[in-house]
Amino acid sequence: MINDNLIAVSILDSLNMLAGGLFLLTAFGIVATRQAKGTLTLFITQSLLLAVSAFLLGLRHSSLHLYGVALVNVVAKAILIPWVLRKTVHEEVYTRREIDQVLNIPSSLLISLALVIIAYFLTIPLQQAIAVEFRGPNIPIGFAVLFLGAYTLAVRREAVPLLIGLLAMENGAFFAGISLARTLPLLVELAIATDGLIIVFITGVLIRAVHQHIGTTEVGAMARLKERTTDEALEETGQ
Amino acid sequence: MNVIILLILPLAAAALSFLPLPRLASVVTVASSSAIFFISLQLAEQVVSTGQPISVFPKWIAVDGLSVLMLLMIAFVGAMAAFFSLGYMSMNSHKPGRLRLYYANFNLFIFSMLAIPVLVEPTLVWIVVELTTLCSALLVCFENTHEALEAAWKYVVLSLMGAAVGLLGFLMLFATMQAAGGGTYTWDGLVAAAPRMPAVLLEVAFVMILVGLGTKAGLVPMHTWLPDAHSQAPSPVCALLSGVETTAVLYVILRLFPVLKAAPGTHAEVYAIVFGLLSVGAAAFLLLQVSDYKRMFAFSTVEHMGIILLAAGLGTSSAHYGALYQAFSHTLTKSFCFFAAGAALLAVGTREISLVRGLIRTSPVAGASLLLGGLAIAGAPPFVVFLSEFSIFRAGLSEGRFIEMALLVLFIAIGFFGILQHINQMVFGGSNSDAKLKVRLPASCLVVLLVTALLVIWLGFYLPEPLHQLLRLGASALER
Repeated sequence: MINDNLIAVSILDSLNMLAGGLFLLTAFGIVATRQAKGTLTLFITQSLLLAVSAFLLGLRHSSLHLYGVALVNVVAKAILIPWVLRKTVHEEVYTRREIDQVLNIPSSLLISLALVIIAYFLTIPLQQAIAVEFRGPNIPIGFAVLFLGAYTLAVRREAVPLLIGLLAMENGAFFAGISLARTLPLLVELAIATDGLIIVFITGVLIRAVHQHIGTTEVGAMARLKERTTDEALEETGQ
Repeated sequence: MNVIILLILPLAAAALSFLPLPRLASVVTVASSSAIFFISLQLAEQVVSTGQPISVFPKWIAVDGLSVLMLLMIAFVGAMAAFFSLGYMSMNSHKPGRLRLYYANFNLFIFSMLAIPVLVEPTLVWIVVELTTLCSALLVCFENTHEALEAAWKYVVLSLMGAAVGLLGFLMLFATMQAAGGGTYTWDGLVAAAPRMPAVLLEVAFVMILVGLGTKAGLVPMHTWLPDAHSQAPSPVCALLSGVETTAVLYVILRLFPVLKAAPGTHAEVYAIVFGLLSVGAAAFLLLQVSDYKRMFAFSTVEHMGIILLAAGLGTSSAHYGALYQAFSHTLTKSFCFFAAGAALLAVGTREISLVRGLIRTSPVAGASLLLGGLAIAGAPPFVVFLSEFSIFRAGLSEGRFIEMALLVLFIAIGFFGILQHINQMVFGGSNSDAKLKVRLPASCLVVLLVTALLVIWLGFYLPEPLHQLLRLGASALER
């Protein structure tokens, strides 16, 4: 009996590890995919993997909370967020291909790899500080995806991939969170999911306004606001 | 009960603002924000007279001395900004539909800010901090110009990036609490569990929250979005963004100080002093070279956030008192500055410092307000910011922090010089006289300018006893 349990736990742990690996892989995909629509698909996959990991951890620790988290994630991120995005953003915006990133893709991927290694080493002291049952692959992978999301925001310029980068950062925080904060009240989880929807809605409206008034979807390339000297200011106003 | 009404009022006002009746939105907004101000005054009086926190749902909603101080600040600037909007928004001919949207967003923004000090569950506080960004984003880009949209985009992306880092910080804080044997996850619960917390975990959580929320509070080097957003938004919104939103986010960081103080082996003070001095220093030099007067006030916000954080990092009770006094005086003065900047913008129609000369002749009201605001925010006596900065200085010196205080005074002096040089040129500089039209400022703007100016001057001469009590009570919440 005890043996059976141990085997079940170790299988669940390996499956969770697999989900974590794939989760990390989607973050690499978000850094490298040119097609805006492709990043959205990757984000949906990523959120489903987050739900899978929450479900597996729920089985592992027999915690109802985590089943709730998994469900909330599937509904909010795999169904509602893409729907809201489609409603608010113009079709043209997310069918675009991004030609020029700040860095080329191979070097981006190398830097991403370095970020993952840094995340792994950064979390070693943390893993040692927390209780044994909270340890696991979720923490380093969560940190790594948080970093990769931030990196995506730094190098991409198209509106939709940038928004996906933001959401990926939040997914990363959550991926670590389901292992760290297992007993967080479900009300809070629901509120955070709703918050994600509002993020997509507001950002979508903003992207649409930029598209309408400036006629670009490369929001990351806007750079009119900066410190200027008096002469430049005078020149610009034509005086 | 009052606390709940406080949260329902702005939501109801936001819903009513959407109704397509002429002028309903503005009237409802002014009425609800005035009511919110009076309710906050009453709550403040209750907390000060009993000395006890008011808890509605102890695990979720409670109000202590520090919260009530924040509530009062938010409610005051909210009411003033609502009045100011009345005249200011009618001067720029917007379509009625856009105006309704403005007021609805305005009320939602007020709601999200009021919720920050009222909630006591840290993750919920994180959510409302995020909501402040989302509710104000459409206000920042309200003018729909290239610059405004760019500013709003930077604001949203950087704030949300910070928020994601902060979220992981708050989840780790929760884990830290579990590692210390659990308890209710509230600000008080955290302080109670602090002595048993593992230092590494708590410190990493704190740094992540400091960096994450510090982005939104405008701490250097995460401040880059702030001067853009705070200069492009309509002026009443700038008053809210600069005057209270940044302070409200800083309040969340300050809430963690007693936790780290009670936990052995952690060093919140070091981070606070480093980030604080860095912000004050960088802002002081940036103030010298700005070319846009709204950006100038925005950089001065970065400077003041640095001063507050530095004061909180000094760690004694008199320094905590100074930090809150500074937060209060900054809120009051900065909102006045942005109202004055709004008046100047109405009068001359440009944000460029170099294009505004001899403002005192073209528009005496705007010119005088800008001069007064510049002097007050730069820290000249006899205004309220001078008194609060002096109290921090005194607290620092009595602690023997000579190097930090010397740097602080140096940076403040540089900032003072920067601000006054620009203000002086704008207000008194030789007029380039190409037929500036004299605009009559709307009455509501004049009233708001007068009320805030009188407060800035009056509180510069003396600190009323109830306010002193409130600040003491707030400082004791940072102490514990």
